[in-house]
Amino acid sequence: MTILAPLSAAAQRRPNHLAATLAKLAPAIFLVLLMILFTSLAPRFFSSLNLFNVLRQVSIYGILAVGMTFVILTRGIDLSVGSLAALTGLVAAVVAKGGADGRFVLPFVSGGLSWPFAALAAIVVGGVGGLIQGFFVARLSVPSFVVTLGGMTVFRGLALIVGNGGPISGFDEAFGWWGRGMIGPAPVPVIVFVVVAVLAGFVLSATRYGRAVYAVGSNPEAARLCGLNISGVLASVYALTGLAAGLGGFLLASRLNSAEAVAGAQYEMTVIAAVVIGGTSLYGGRGGIGGTVIGVLLIGVLLNGLVILNVSPYVQQLLIGAIIVGAVTFDVFVKGRVR
Amino acid sequence: MISDAASSVVAERAPDGTVRSGAPVLSADHLVKRFFGQTVLDRVSLSLQAGEIRALLGENGAGKSTLINLLSGALQPDDGAIRLDGCPLALARPLDALRLGISTIRQEFSLFDDLSVKESLFAGNLPVTRFGLVDWRRMEARAVEALARLGFAIDPDRTVADLSVAERQLVEIARALTHRSRVVIMDEPTASLSPAEVERLKAIVRQLAEDGIAILCVSHRLEEVVDLCDAYTVLRDGRAVAEGKIADVTGEVLARLMVGRAIDSGRVGSQAAAGRVVFEARGLSAASDAPGAVRDVSFSLRAGEIVGLAGIVGAGRTEIARMIFGLDPVGAGAMRLGDAPFRPRAPAQAIARGVALVPEDRQKFGVFPPLGVAENFAMPKGGQGCVGGVLDRRAERRLLAQFAATLNLRSPGADAPIATLSGGNQQKVVLARWLALAPVLLIVDEPTRGVDIAAKADVHTLLRRLAAEGIAILLISSDLPEILALSDRILTLRGGRLTGERAAAEAGEETLMQLMTGELPLHTTSARLAQA
Repeated sequence: MTILAPLSAAAQRRPNHLAATLAKLAPAIFLVLLMILFTSLAPRFFSSLNLFNVLRQVSIYGILAVGMTFVILTRGIDLSVGSLAALTGLVAAVVAKGGADGRFVLPFVSGGLSWPFAALAAIVVGGVGGLIQGFFVARLSVPSFVVTLGGMTVFRGLALIVGNGGPISGFDEAFGWWGRGMIGPAPVPVIVFVVVAVLAGFVLSATRYGRAVYAVGSNPEAARLCGLNISGVLASVYALTGLAAGLGGFLLASRLNSAEAVAGAQYEMTVIAAVVIGGTSLYGGRGGIGGTVIGVLLIGVLLNGLVILNVSPYVQQLLIGAIIVGAVTFDVFVKGRVR
Repeated sequence: MISDAASSVVAERAPDGTVRSGAPVLSADHLVKRFFGQTVLDRVSLSLQAGEIRALLGENGAGKSTLINLLSGALQPDDGAIRLDGCPLALARPLDALRLGISTIRQEFSLFDDLSVKESLFAGNLPVTRFGLVDWRRMEARAVEALARLGFAIDPDRTVADLSVAERQLVEIARALTHRSRVVIMDEPTASLSPAEVERLKAIVRQLAEDGIAILCVSHRLEEVVDLCDAYTVLRDGRAVAEGKIADVTGEVLARLMVGRAIDSGRVGSQAAAGRVVFEARGLSAASDAPGAVRDVSFSLRAGEIVGLAGIVGAGRTEIARMIFGLDPVGAGAMRLGDAPFRPRAPAQAIARGVALVPEDRQKFGVFPPLGVAENFAMPKGGQGCVGGVLDRRAERRLLAQFAATLNLRSPGADAPIATLSGGNQQKVVLARWLALAPVLLIVDEPTRGVDIAAKADVHTLLRRLAAEGIAILLISSDLPEILALSDRILTLRGGRLTGERAAAEAGEETLMQLMTGELPLHTTSARLAQA
């Protein structure tokens, strides 16, 4: 880069840059090491069948995590995604079936509608649910933790009401293709995840809106002085996680061939863990979709590998918890160095 | 250029080591403090007698805060000694000073918003029963006693957050009393008080002095200093340049001592003949009705003109800038920009009309620390040269490159986080950010605070050039030489009101200082001289 006057040699050797680079690459390095470890312990881990299996398992988490990345970049948190996925899954199911398995029947759509309407209904309900939470966070300045903690319970309650407590199952083939179908060797939900991640990655890194998300997260006061619409950006990121939850809810119902109010329980924890492990800072303004994808894969590989190695599920929980704390500690440490 | 009067005062300064009548309670002996190799306090000595009210004077950046921090244990000196009754002290933390009877009342309050008054009074020093539990009864009694001593009827159970600024100030003083203080240090105690409250505070301070407490009082308001204090010490550029009795000097002399250095001969102003009026404020008042809020301010700015806005911290300079930029609501009055009325409700509206603001606190309002240099540069409206919301990073970099050259920007690269740049270079990026938008009116608030000398010169050159290009510039600065060197016209503010307007050519630092700190009541001073 010739346009900027070069720094002195001493300044270039600042440890800051090293620490920052290391911080960026750490999750990827850890992922590769983990894969090498599992492959050496159990060679069948590294078969294409198993790897696609991992991808399929994480694809819905991944879609939710992409939305969550936007929220965390603005220093927020969204605890409602799991509940919202359950609710939107039920909405999709109700639309697809025209009612809830004999418990009630939708007017005008006897026999149900085809999958595009079901998917659209799920996504719209998700987006609206997210936007309402965004309004509380952005315009009324209620902490996102509280708003979405409430949202988590409210959406779960709505899901119970919609499903009347029971599951709605048995969809047509076209509906089921989205969760269980394959395109070549690749499961459809994996492809949806990739498309969503690429799209979100583009929005975050290459658009005015994406830059505004980073700006609001890294310094809201300065962002205001730069003429950015702070509350608009804040509200929008919750709407985005809502849209992602709607899409995730639809895919989940499709994959399980059933929607029920208890689906997606504790997804928010896994999703937040993936985003944070992927290097997106809870202090806002740092991170991105690339890291989130790595974080999601890391969790998927870890869970899958532990199962293959026959590790007790209790120990799995412990390991994931330890990794979350480790990742955030690392983040705080690096932040201290870079600032 | 120091006048004869000033140098004679300097000469009166007690030679070092001289023991004065009545041993001092607290003395600072050749204190030295350096930050990152820069000496901010250079062998400063000062002593406080029991019952004395001493003023600590100096311009912003003269080292007053650092000295107070050393005396209160918040910072530790690199050299020199602090003595209490002649015994050297090692103050490792503020609590040490407090326990020894040195209380400090700071500008930014050290009370706890969510605690009650009585809890605040005893924070860090809670009376305990013999079981180690909080002795609420004794605490209540002592709180009532301390408050009563100030003639201050306030319920000790009230929450601090509910108190007015003046009441908090009094609670702070009461806190000093509960610690059985022998020395009370007050940093700008009257900055946020109404005149009536100031009078009450003065009476209390005099009472404390009569009770034998030594008081060190930092104030910008010379009028008050002359009225309240017995003695003074003037700091300038980290040195104690003068000390003596207030009775021996006038406010005018004090103002000169604070300013000290010869007036910068590099006054240039902008050469461009001022053009048409670009901006006009008429009867501008803040929506807030707090004392000292901006009231009835009228002024105009012409194209190609640099107008300095001078005033002490809290005089309303930044508040005026914030109103023009749509950050704070306007209470009354009108603004015009160009040929049309102007009343922005958000910065985006001000930006759209061609107004730019380089804010005072770069870290808090200016930069996005984790983001890259180019991203920081291209932040207004979200990006430069966007097509349909998609960023054009190449165009941004080209634009940045142009400004990097003219601003002499030194950076490890367009992608490096801006936090890795020096303060001066960060400021250049923030300036370039707005210049790229070709503003009509540029407001710069403390443009060179915390910036090294070379970068400061770059910023000055740039501002002059921008004015020459026809931009109207409103320059807010606490650095009087800077204001004098750059401005064509200077407005002075005090307590939210305009107190004067001077062409730069006919303004001197002393005149400005007087306009900023209040017209000196000469009769008071001469009366005191007559008494002496």
